[in-house]
Formats: sequence, structure tokens, C-alpha cells
Amino acid sequence: MIETVQSFASGTLLLLGCFFMLTGAVGVLRFPDFYSRMHAAGITDTLATLLIISGLMLTAGWSLALFKLALIMLFIFFTSPTASHALARSAQLSALRLPQIAPEPAPTEMTNSQPVDTSPDAEPEAADSTRV
Amino acid sequence: MRYTLCLFAVLAFIWLSNSGQYTALILAFGLASTVFVILIARRMKVVDGESLPLQLWATLPGYYLWLLRKIIVSNLEVAACVWGGIVSRRTTISPCSERIPVDLSSDLGRVLYANSITLTPGTVAVDIDNNSVLVHALRRSGLDDLKRGEMERRVAALTDDTPVSEL
Repeated sequence: MIETVQSFASGTLLLLGCFFMLTGAVGVLRFPDFYSRMHAAGITDTLATLLIISGLMLTAGWSLALFKLALIMLFIFFTSPTASHALARSAQLSALRLPQIAPEPAPTEMTNSQPVDTSPDAEPEAADSTRV
Repeated sequence: MRYTLCLFAVLAFIWLSNSGQYTALILAFGLASTVFVILIARRMKVVDGESLPLQLWATLPGYYLWLLRKIIVSNLEVAACVWGGIVSRRTTISPCSERIPVDLSSDLGRVLYANSITLTPGTVAVDIDNNSVLVHALRRSGLDDLKRGEMERRVAALTDDTPVSEL
């Protein structure tokens, strides 16, 4: 009984993890410029990894593999922000400097049903983001 | 000395949990490599409160639990941005960047703060100096959330009242 529940839960977690990996990949393809693509890659680094490793941990049960998976998760959580930061910083130091946009009033809607209107002084590529 | 012992414990734990073979020969190899790594680390002068923030051992897990919740929420938001306009072909993101002031006094606090910002999808810390951090966000709401300063307060509670002690 316990085994069934365990494998079912682990399968669910793995499936969800795969979905978020896919989301990250689609995001990298869809988003318009370098910096926003980095955010999409962030999904693969954090939530997808978390779900997949938790799924694998459930399958592993109490064994040495559990500790190894926990260590992998720990290392990913420390190294992936470092890697993203190195990427962003090197882009910032090279030709891809971030435009320093002055603060503007925030769009209040958080929901996705309404399109967030991009102001004219936002990055021009943002308008192309919907083209696949 | 405290840091050296602690580094030894961490390295020994990593070796033991990864090898899975507890014969005398393998354990001796483990001991040798652990001691070797500690010697190198001491020679590089990286065995100190910055690489092993011992004073955080009790409070850091709580902070990471809070951060984990934050990470999951913002992941879902970014995922919604990714899938949002895929049928209707609408723009769902409004990338923006801004310098956000930071008044954390310790290096450790600033690093932890920038690390947390980058770990949360939707915001990336691009550049950091003594009193501000340049953040790029996928949406304006991510920046506003940071400017409200809850994360900074939590990091400050972790690090500022316990200054990093010297070796």
C-alpha cells in the first residue's frame, strides 16, 4: 500500500518537474531578449530541479542515494545563482548593457488575463515576445 | 581552528555519504584527501567565517524555508508568463531593470541577498556594490516586491546582529 502511494507520488513529482523543464525551454525560445531568457532558464534551475530531485528521493527511500540527491540539490541551489549572476554580469560588462530605465508607475494587475501594457520607453523587443 | 574542524566534519560527511564503502583502505583514502583539501584551503586562506558562516547554522534553514515558498510562487508566475500568451499571442512580460538600494552592512548579508534575488525566478541580480544592487526583473511587480524590502529585512535579521568574526 505504502509502496503504491510512494511510487504514485514520486511519479507525479517527476511529471510536474518535466512540465516545468518544458516550461523553461519554451520560455527560453519565446522570450525576446537575453535577460528575460535568463529568467526562463531560472525555472529549470529551481522548481523543476526541486520537483525532479524530490521525486527521485521518494523513489530512493532511506538509503545512501537519498543523501547524494540531497547534496546534488544543495549544490545546484548554491551554484545556479552564481552561474546566472556570472552570465548577467558578463553581458553587462560587454555589449549587452542593460538600459537604465527610470522608475515608472507599476501596473497593478498580477493576473495573466489582462495583458501588461508595455510603456513606450520599455525595451523595444518586448513587443515581439509573442511571436514564436 | 574551529573553522578547520568544521570544514573537516563537512568534508568527511561528504566523503562518507558519497562513497558507501567502509573498508579500511577506502576510509584511509578519504582521510588523506580530506586532510589534503584542508591543507590547500588553509594555504589559500579561505577557511574563515566567510566560507563557513557558522553563526548562521540555526537561523539559515528557517530563512531558506521562507525563500523556498517565495521561489515556488515566483516560479508559477514566470511559468504563467511563459504559457500565458501562447495561444492569444499577447505580450505577457515587461522586462525592466533598476538599481535597488541596499543597506546591509556585512558582505555576507549582501551576498546572501543577491543570491536570494537571483535564486528567485523573475529577478536577477546583475551587479552589486556597497549600497545598491542592479536588478533585472521580468515584470515590474518583481521589482516592487523587492523594494518593499521583506527579503532584505529577513537577511538583515540573519546577518546584521551577528557580525562575521575573524579567524
